[in-house]
Amino acid sequence: MGKLYDKLAEDIRMEEGLKACLHCGTCTAICPAASFFNYQPRQIAEILQSRDDDRIEALLKSDTIWYCGECMSCVTRCPRGNAPGLLITVLRSASQEMGYFIESEKGRQQLAVKRTVGEWILKYGYCLFPSEIQPSAHPEQGPVWEWEFAHIEAVMERLGANYQRSGPGILRKIPEEDLEEVRRIFEVTGGADRFRKIEEYSKVKAAEMGLTLDEGNDNEYMQHISTYNSHRHGRES
Amino acid sequence: MNTGGKKIIWNEYQKTIADDRYFYVRSCVRQNFFPGSEKTFLRILREELIRDIYENPSHTTCSGIGYHADVVPFETAMTMVARQFALMTASGYKNFTTSCITSFGLYTEVLETWRHSPETEERVRGNLFKATGRSFVIPENLSHASDVIYRFREEIAAKAVYRLINRKTGLPLRGVEHIGCHYAKMFPSKGVGGAEYPFVLTGMIESWGGEVVDYPERRHCCGFGFRQYLVRANRGYSLSCSKKKFESMAPYNPDFILTNCPGCPMFLDRWQYALSEMEGITYGGNGMGIPVLTYEELAGLVLGYDPWDLGLQVHQVPVEPLLDKIGIAYDPGKKFLTRDGLPMGKPAAPSHLKFYPDE
Repeated sequence: MGKLYDKLAEDIRMEEGLKACLHCGTCTAICPAASFFNYQPRQIAEILQSRDDDRIEALLKSDTIWYCGECMSCVTRCPRGNAPGLLITVLRSASQEMGYFIESEKGRQQLAVKRTVGEWILKYGYCLFPSEIQPSAHPEQGPVWEWEFAHIEAVMERLGANYQRSGPGILRKIPEEDLEEVRRIFEVTGGADRFRKIEEYSKVKAAEMGLTLDEGNDNEYMQHISTYNSHRHGRES
Repeated sequence: MNTGGKKIIWNEYQKTIADDRYFYVRSCVRQNFFPGSEKTFLRILREELIRDIYENPSHTTCSGIGYHADVVPFETAMTMVARQFALMTASGYKNFTTSCITSFGLYTEVLETWRHSPETEERVRGNLFKATGRSFVIPENLSHASDVIYRFREEIAAKAVYRLINRKTGLPLRGVEHIGCHYAKMFPSKGVGGAEYPFVLTGMIESWGGEVVDYPERRHCCGFGFRQYLVRANRGYSLSCSKKKFESMAPYNPDFILTNCPGCPMFLDRWQYALSEMEGITYGGNGMGIPVLTYEELAGLVLGYDPWDLGLQVHQVPVEPLLDKIGIAYDPGKKFLTRDGLPMGKPAAPSHLKFYPDE
């Protein structure tokens, strides 16, 4: 017992997030994810505090760690200074580093996050970019976004943006030398390595599931992980 | 409401907000969805308050959404933050102000981590130098852009053309305020008023003549949830959180929702539309929604700025009912025109949510 726990404890966020949990359940009472999913942040702290490697490994392979929305409401309310939401960040990092994320429906979705927000950071220097927010994939954005999307340059000009031009301003084109610095930061600090691991483990899982997976987003595995819902996640299921 | 005791608690959470010479960094979400708000922030600071606020074009995302969607490691996020600090240092500024709440939370988390662990800070300094050759000085003051507007709320009130008063009844307009979770839930002492009774938006509403409505789910998350919105299969979480808030606030008949986080106004605006399409529900009375505003948009309105310069035309829930209550003059015919006054079509009308006044 304890080797996997010891590995997790190397992450400084464990030290910040886990003091001594008294299992009062205040975090679960306030947690938005616990309202909708079969999820209890109290249980996260309890399992980690047990230092039981078998239970921790099962957690890393489960859907459970992917339900949290990282709103951190639990941090404010804990009477003992624990931060279950921060512990979730530790567990999710470890699950991806160890390749356990592909063992759960919700964990597998990390490839979809990596291939959107992750890659946009390196490509544009922004976490989001208008041309990537296709109205067909975002029906909730409504007719206003559909209109904006169709007239993006004119709308951005009307609202004072410096859309894809040099110099300062809203949605300016980030200079290539600055994007290069961002890419080097990712290489030096493990960000690029995280991306590679997500890709490699996902390829293995796609093959195992018999789904096609190429470098784009329009393939069977990407479509599956982005849209599939087993409906086995709710409190009543 | 009786706020006597709460005001005593608020007094314990009064942070220092720099007075001038700000290094400004932008928000990914707001640049995409509420560009007019960032434009208005700089306009108010430079033209109304005559303050020095500088934007370095080399700054990028802090990677915060990637960090909280867990594809970006903490080590990487810390080094991205360090690069922003390095740009501030190289530009000769010491007061760092950010447009984004996710960023504000990340900057705070990183600084607190370094305070507890100087060896982590040293390692990140090494990372940054190795990757970019840059170095940095830690900001003397870290503020969110809403802190800055809060600091100058009385100056803005003194210049106001309009007050948050219903022109027909003479009564204060009633707003609900929604604070982004990462503003103070992680580090309550870093936000004005702390996490339980944050005063940053309440202070603006009250100074500009309005009244704040308390309601049960006031502190509930809007539901962004990072991966819970980003991945299509998870969006029910995001929608359900917003619905919980709407159901809780609607009985109090608020005239508007005021927000200080980039994502919250987008979700509280768009999910009202989605719920109207899915369930035929609207929350503002007579088929209307509850208008959702950023703090810069509200500041701009009371200062008499043209609503279409503020970007209110890119809201899915129309803001006109609030403009009419305040008595703000605006030209509906200019809502969807280009900068040069040319037409560029109009958004289609939703099935249920009233979008055009003559529907």
